[in-house]
Amino acid sequence: MKNDIDIDITIPSHTRYLRMIGTLGEKVAEELDCPKELRESLSCQLAVVLTEGLVNAIKHANRADPDKEVHIRINVSDKNLLVRIYDNGVGFDLDSVPSPSFNSQVLEEKGRGIFILRSLMDTVKYKRSDGGNVLEMRKKLA
Amino acid sequence: MDIKIEQSEGVTMLFIKEDRLDANNSEELKAELRHLFDSGTKDVIIDLKEILFIDSSGLGVLVSGYKNASTSHGTLKLSNLQSQVKSMFELTRLHRVFDIFTSVDDALQSYR
Repeated sequence: MKNDIDIDITIPSHTRYLRMIGTLGEKVAEELDCPKELRESLSCQLAVVLTEGLVNAIKHANRADPDKEVHIRINVSDKNLLVRIYDNGVGFDLDSVPSPSFNSQVLEEKGRGIFILRSLMDTVKYKRSDGGNVLEMRKKLA
Repeated sequence: MDIKIEQSEGVTMLFIKEDRLDANNSEELKAELRHLFDSGTKDVIIDLKEILFIDSSGLGVLVSGYKNASTSHGTLKLSNLQSQVKSMFELTRLHRVFDIFTSVDDALQSYR
């Protein structure tokens, strides 16, 4: 049975939609035709990935401007997961976000979002697209 | 954000009555923690029993509270981490920073 799912959704750039999109990600993963354990861990991971990606788009790329929008595309096949989050803001420099220090003497409050994305997904890229930017994240499923 | 606050044996306990701690609501907890420590509270336990989902903003607020506690020569401990929250702590290695307990009673016990 083919697993191909394609979701395309646009929301206002506001954190009130994090719950809705996170839950959508959980539900998409729950429908995949794969072993239960894999489904459950993917469900959890996809919710986190979507939330972290959205927060970056809303707070950093769109600079918390509620008149902007965020466009989300989720593509799942048997072999791959592809999540793309498009913002139409000024963007931010992904490569300049350092990993958080694991030295407990130096506790930063920020910076864990990108680290989490890079830990959960195989590749994370951020580039210009159609007058805005896209955060593109891929993960091999098989 | 719905937070229930109780006191016991000189320790302040915050019970977070929400199922998410994320970028949409975490600033409220941050403000509450800052207010508590600024007004002389020393020892705080945050019970996360009802939190089923945490993101990096939620983690950041707990870190902020931890730093407020340290600055005030106090403590911030956590209890009842559910599985997604535990995973996020382990992924970001914050489980090595915080004192984490399986129940509020165990956290209180650590002060006796």
